[in-house]
Amino acid sequence: MSNVTMTVNGKTVSGSVEGRTLLVEFIRNDLHLTGTHVGCDTSQCGACAVHVDGKLAKACTMFALEANGSEVSTIEGQANEDGSLNVIQQAFKDHHGLQCGFCTPGMVMAAADLLKTNSKPTELEIREHLEGNICRCTGYHNIVKAILAASGQDVSNIAAE
Amino acid sequence: MPKDSGIGAATRRREDARFLLGSGRYSDDIVLLNQTYAVFARSEVANGIIKTINTSEAEKMPGVIAVFTGDDFVDVGGNPAGWLINSRDGEPMKEPKRPVLAHGKVRHVGDAYAAVIAETEQQARDAAEKINADIMELPAIIDMTSALSGSNYVHDEIETNQCFDWGWIEDNREATDNAIKNAHHVTTLELTNNRLVPNAMEPRCSIADYNAANDDYTLYTTSQNPHLTRLLISAFVLGIPENKLTVVSPDVGGGFGSKIYHYGEEALVLAAAKRIKRPVRWTASRSESFMTDAHGRDHVTKIELALDKDNNFLAFRTETMANVGAYLSNFSTVTPTILHGTLMAGNYSVPNIYVNVKAVFTNTAPVDAYRGAGRPEATYSLERVIDKAALELNLDPIALRRQNFIKSDQFPYVTAAGLNYDVGDYDAIMDRLEHHADIKGFAERKKISEKQGKLRGFGVNSYIEACGIAPSNLIGTLGARVGLYDAATIRVNATGNISVMVGAHSHGQGHETAFPQIVADMLGVDPNNVEIVHGDTSKIPFGMGTYGSRSLAVCGSAIVRGIEKIIAKGKKIAAHMMESTEDNVDFEDGVFSVRGTNKTVSFGDVALKAYIPHNFPIEDIEPGLEETAFYDPQNFTYPAGAYACEVEVDPNTGKVSIERFAAADDFGNIINPMIVEGQVHGGLAQGIGQALLEGCVYNDDGQLISGSYMDYTMPRAADLPSFVVDHTVQTPSTDNPLGVKGCGEAGAIGSPPTVVNAVINALRSAGHDITHIDMPLTPARVWAAMNN
Ligand code: FES
Ligand code: FES
Repeated sequence: MSNVTMTVNGKTVSGSVEGRTLLVEFIRNDLHLTGTHVGCDTSQCGACAVHVDGKLAKACTMFALEANGSEVSTIEGQANEDGSLNVIQQAFKDHHGLQCGFCTPGMVMAAADLLKTNSKPTELEIREHLEGNICRCTGYHNIVKAILAASGQDVSNIAAE
Repeated sequence: MPKDSGIGAATRRREDARFLLGSGRYSDDIVLLNQTYAVFARSEVANGIIKTINTSEAEKMPGVIAVFTGDDFVDVGGNPAGWLINSRDGEPMKEPKRPVLAHGKVRHVGDAYAAVIAETEQQARDAAEKINADIMELPAIIDMTSALSGSNYVHDEIETNQCFDWGWIEDNREATDNAIKNAHHVTTLELTNNRLVPNAMEPRCSIADYNAANDDYTLYTTSQNPHLTRLLISAFVLGIPENKLTVVSPDVGGGFGSKIYHYGEEALVLAAAKRIKRPVRWTASRSESFMTDAHGRDHVTKIELALDKDNNFLAFRTETMANVGAYLSNFSTVTPTILHGTLMAGNYSVPNIYVNVKAVFTNTAPVDAYRGAGRPEATYSLERVIDKAALELNLDPIALRRQNFIKSDQFPYVTAAGLNYDVGDYDAIMDRLEHHADIKGFAERKKISEKQGKLRGFGVNSYIEACGIAPSNLIGTLGARVGLYDAATIRVNATGNISVMVGAHSHGQGHETAFPQIVADMLGVDPNNVEIVHGDTSKIPFGMGTYGSRSLAVCGSAIVRGIEKIIAKGKKIAAHMMESTEDNVDFEDGVFSVRGTNKTVSFGDVALKAYIPHNFPIEDIEPGLEETAFYDPQNFTYPAGAYACEVEVDPNTGKVSIERFAAADDFGNIINPMIVEGQVHGGLAQGIGQALLEGCVYNDDGQLISGSYMDYTMPRAADLPSFVVDHTVQTPSTDNPLGVKGCGEAGAIGSPPTVVNAVINALRSAGHDITHIDMPLTPARVWAAMNN
């Protein structure tokens, strides 16, 4: 067992982990931040997406020890300071960008990552940016719409009734 | 009450905030004091005799508390099939036992034969690898045709691989044969409906907590129907008295059918928790989900369509082999039969229908209902053969469909497959579809595609589905071993807010938002004062859960009936309060009034009076304001729709892309259009996934070739277009008080044939003489068809 220390959502945390403990296991089991999910074992679904040192990362694809000394943010750290939904989260709610909610934290983290570098993405850019995230419920239509809306773009032309 | 929040309002979902903030509570998020971990040892071969299982090394591993094998469960029951299907000769189906852990034989890759319970998951995993099983591999039974003709059996004791040979409707067989023999034209099509893996994003998870002091159990599990799971475990598998077992399904991350069923892991953790007197938990890895969740579809079908010289449909005759896998999952026998055969009229007026289905055991995971369940299979066969007939007869596919539609003035219409369609207007739906599909603009778009070196095709279809299967009386005669009602308890609290306990379960459908819209509308209260309670057998009445697009039509109707009882009792109390009689009391917008006077009393005051019954006619009316209603529908509901799609095919690679997709559906009355649209989108994605991307493949040795997201292609955002959805045609169901029909499966039912029809159209327009390609239409398959 080794000690690991990192900053998660602005707080310094530490714990003792095995070499094989994944970052997502540390986040869920040790820190009890259960908003980060596990949807696969091949690094394909993005349910576990978090930000590590400002970059989008799959927490199932890193060992906890690899994040030693890093700044990690998870879905639990995304809300506005007063606890209300941030712009992306609110857009997901306004545009029904989630159903069962299981992929949702990963989708929100992926969207935040996109909008950081591309403040007005096109529909195609959004779809391509989500290549690492699977949603089985929504058919992506409303996720794409929510991300467009979160970036301040008009979504009335997105194919819909 | 603001009218924009009742029935018909696109109310934003109240459940969203917790999911968006990361504070949902899925099963795997639950942590119990002193919990332990179960890990299963699973078969690596498809078929084999278990000679010995040596657990002694595993038992000595660090942290190991207990090890279980099939021997531990020989004295308990098996996991049963929920529907008895009889063969054409009257013989009941074959029902081999499905044990908690494999015993004697393993029958598919992933079949669990032992389980380790340890202090940590890693310790359990390490120990499971030390279980020494001597399993003698046998040849795998995979291909259905060979399974039926061979003499190797998945279950030796039944001496056949045929579960049943079912005919629907047997009395129509001869007339159908004759109609086909004498027809002016017969179109024949052989096709497969590809096997799919449901892939709810949340893997299954079960946690058992045994309380020795009371000898009772709590099971937290990823279920679409906690009461059904409890019933199966209590009555059939472990024999735990129902009142000693609480099943809780908290937030569940999608189901699509795969979480309807009871699985052996649930029984194992319960038995283990009792033995070791500590909580036991298990969460599936995605690999385990691929190997052990019930799969969907997997039909091989021959369908014939007979037409007269004026292109009127005369008969549909279908022969299907349906894979049921190695064991009968709970609804595996009704899905390829009742839910498939009865739908074989589609939207059409056709006098003769006959369907034959042979269900076949193979050394593969069990196959059961997956979004649409039998209805996508029916629709795919019908809508593909109709398109092929249009090709052969050089007819416009839309015109051929319209000509044969059941017309709006023919309802109620009893089909030759035995269903009674209550209402519908298929031409009106097709009008909406043609509007959105912009058929006139197709030629221009095709030219543009061709300039870019792409082939462009247009495809269309119609579908009908049957939701909310019922009534229990009828389905009992068809072999159902359960009733298919649902239930709701309306508890008006003393302070006037309302708790509604429902049998339906929400795992993405938004019940917590949509159900209060109904309550608010009927009682004139703010929907925010209505709370929906679901997913806990200790709190909710005995309802059947959520699948088959039934929640609103069946459980929603139970809510309506419950509220009607509340209003009736409220009127009695109000009459007393206003010194009148109940038949002189009206109720509207949350206010009771005495007809013809200005006397009124509010709903809230009546509720308070019910719980503080001072000056209350206690001898005539019980205190309290709480009512339960069970609702058993008198018929199915029949949503219908028509879909259109335009594809581009790259002739160099065979890659298909969906360029436009429009869906027009008739769901009857709509409670929340935003949720309805979302349901359609999700269904479309799954149907397009089936058509183009998804295919579960076992090789001849029974190895699961598509066992992860590396090999099983899930639709991703860039694989799909934005969709145009229209639900303005609304013919309310006449069989439930809300006039609703159900929308959860429509997209998955209607889209596969639409896509395939469009691809065939594209290829033919480039001169390829292709009439059919089996799904999924991968680049390799399309390219091979073009370069034959
Ligand atoms: S759990 Fe990390 S990608 Fe699936
Ligand atoms: S909302 Fe269920 S998987 Fe995306």
